Amino acid sequence: MESKQAILQALRSKPIDEQPAPSLQQNWAATPNASDTFEKMVAAVGGNCMRVRNIQDGLAKLSELPCYADAKKICSLVEGVEKADVSLDDIADPHDLEDVDVAIVRGEFGVAENGAVWLTDSGVKHRVIYFIPQHIIVLLGAEQIVHNMHQAYERLRFEQAGFGVFLSGPSKTADIEQSLVIGAHGARSLHVLLLENDGA
Amino acid sequence: MTHGVSDHPQKAAEFIADSQRAHWHDGALWFVRDKRDAAARSVPEWEQLRETAKQIKAHSLSRLPDYLEEFERKATALGAQVHWARDAQEHNEIVYGILKAGGVRRVVKSKSMLTEECHLNPFLEQHGIEVVDTDLGERIVQLRQEPPSHIVLPAIHIKKEEVGDCFHEHLGTEAGATDPAYLTEAARQHLRERFMQADAGITGVNFAIAETGGFVVCTNEGNADLGVSLPKLHIACMGLEKIIPRAADLGVFLRLLARSATGQPITTYSSHFHGPRADGALHIVLVDNGRSALQQSEEHQRALSCIRCGACLNTCPVYRRSGGHSYETPVPGPIGSILAPSRDPGKYASLPFACSLCGSCTDVCPVKIDIHHQLLTWRRELAESGHLDWKKRWSMRLAGVVLGRVWLYRFAGKAMRTVMPLLPRFLKYNPLNAWGKQRELPPMPRKSFREQYRRRHGK
Repeated sequence: MESKQAILQALRSKPIDEQPAPSLQQNWAATPNASDTFEKMVAAVGGNCMRVRNIQDGLAKLSELPCYADAKKICSLVEGVEKADVSLDDIADPHDLEDVDVAIVRGEFGVAENGAVWLTDSGVKHRVIYFIPQHIIVLLGAEQIVHNMHQAYERLRFEQAGFGVFLSGPSKTADIEQSLVIGAHGARSLHVLLLENDGA
Repeated sequence: MTHGVSDHPQKAAEFIADSQRAHWHDGALWFVRDKRDAAARSVPEWEQLRETAKQIKAHSLSRLPDYLEEFERKATALGAQVHWARDAQEHNEIVYGILKAGGVRRVVKSKSMLTEECHLNPFLEQHGIEVVDTDLGERIVQLRQEPPSHIVLPAIHIKKEEVGDCFHEHLGTEAGATDPAYLTEAARQHLRERFMQADAGITGVNFAIAETGGFVVCTNEGNADLGVSLPKLHIACMGLEKIIPRAADLGVFLRLLARSATGQPITTYSSHFHGPRADGALHIVLVDNGRSALQQSEEHQRALSCIRCGACLNTCPVYRRSGGHSYETPVPGPIGSILAPSRDPGKYASLPFACSLCGSCTDVCPVKIDIHHQLLTWRRELAESGHLDWKKRWSMRLAGVVLGRVWLYRFAGKAMRTVMPLLPRFLKYNPLNAWGKQRELPPMPRKSFREQYRRRHGK
C-alpha cells in the first residue's frame, strides 16, 4: 500500500495537461474481399486455409490432412470427429494433454488483414489445448471474417474473467540467424477449414 | 573514464574490430528493417495509425495515475492480485515472495525486458529458484550467460555455428550442427520438458487495459502461453507505462507492433488475459523504477510511449554497427539511449552521443517518438549537469568562445589555413583528436569562402 501511494503521489506531483483521446471511428481501409484476403493471409503467416461447403464436408476433409491421418491422439472440441479419443472434460490435469497430436477447435471469427483467428476459453476446460498439441485445426464460418483489427475489437467485450487469443499461423521463430523455423513451442502446423455454410 | 561507467565508443570499437562480423550484423538488421518497410507500405493508413497511436499514448500518460487505479480496480474485480513496486529491488522481492508462498522451485519465463532491467533471474537464482527463459533467443543467451543484445531479437549477434556449439554443450546436440531447423527442434524438446516441470510461469506485458483490467502478451513461439497454461500460478510483470485506456485501442497497437518489429502482420499469438484461470492464481506487478520521474519530465515523457518494437534499433546506423552489448543497458539502441541516462546520467552519459542525428529512428517509430530530438536534448542536459568528459567539455567551450566573436573566428581561420599545413603529423593526429581517428583533414584552401566570395563579386 505504501508503495502504491508513493508511486501515485510521484505521478501526481506536477499537474500534467490532459491530452484528448483520439476517436477510433476513422476511415480505416477495408480489404477488397474479406474471406479471400483472409485465406491469402493465413497462407502468408505459414498456415493453410481450405474452403469447404459445410461442417460435414469439413469433417470429411480431415482425413486428407496428413497430420490428422497420422495422429495417435486427437482432442476435438467439435462434435462428430470420428478419430477423436481425448475428451477435454475428462482430463483433470492439463499436463496430461502433453502427447495430444492434433486439436480440432472452433474459431469465433477471423481477421482478414492478418489471418488471425479469435479463440477463447469459454466452455473450454483447459486453454493449453490451443498451445500444446503438435498440430491445430480450426473450424471457422466464412461469414465470420472481419476486415481489420478495429472491426475485431468492435466484436469483443471483456466484461468477465476469461482468456482469448488471436492466433495467426503456426508457432514460429527466427531467433537463429533470422532463419524462419515453423514449430517453435506451439503447433507445428495450423489448418483453417472455412465453412461456406456454417450451421453452428 | 571511471569504473562502472558505460563507455559506448570503447565497446563499439571492440565490436567493429571484427569487421566481417560487424558487416554481417549490420546486414542482418537491415534485412529486418526492409521487412518492416514492406509491411508498413502494405497498410494504406499507416501514417494515420502512427498518429492515432501517438495520441492514445499521450492521452494515457497525461492521465496515468487515474488509469493505473482503474486498472487495479478492474483487475482485482476479475480475481487478479495487483502489486506495486517502486524499484527493481522491490519488484524482485514481490516476485520472490509470491513464488516462495506458492512453494515454487522451477519457473519458466517468457520475454520481459522489465525483468531484465530488474535483474530478476540472478535474484531468484540466489534464492534457490531455477528460472528458465523460454523464448528461443533468450534461452540461447541465457545458456551463454550473457544479456540479450536486442529487445525483440535477443540473439541477433550470435551466429548459427555458435548456437550449435552452445547446444552441443548444454543440450547434447551433434557437434558442429548449424541447421536452424535442427537446432530449433532440439530447443523445442528441451524446453517442453521445462514447461512440463514448471511450478509457475512469469510473463511480461505488452499492453494493459484500464477499462477492462486485462492485459495482452504477444509472442511468435507460443512460449508465454505454454508457460502459464500448465502451472497454476501466473505472474505478469509490467512497467507503469504499459497502460492503455480502452480495449479498442489494441486495434491500433496490434496493427503497428509486429509490422514495425519484424514485418509480420501480427504476432502469431496475441493473448488476452482477464483474471486468473478457474483453478489458478494471477499476480500482476506494476513497476515504477524511474518511470514516474520520466512521466514528470516535460522533455522526456514521450519516451514512455515506447511499445518496444525494436524498429529504431534495426534502422540505427550506430546500433547496427556497434551491437546491442555496446550500450550496456537492458534496452539498447536509440530508445535505450534516452531511457538509460534518465535512470543514471553519470553512468550512461556516452549513449546520447552514440548517434549521428540522422533521424531514421524517428521516421520508423510506430508511436512517433521524436527520438533523435530527445537524444539531442539529452546532450544539452548532460553538458549542463557536468557529465561530459573533459575533452568534449573544453573543446566545446573553446568553440563557443571562437564562434561567438567575429574577429576571433576570422583570425582563427586565417591562422589555421597558414599553420596547419606546416604542423608535423603527430600534432594533428593524436589521441586528443577523436575526429581524426579514421579521417584525414582536407587540404587547406589558401583563401576562406568569404574572401573568395568577395573577390568574385568584386566587393
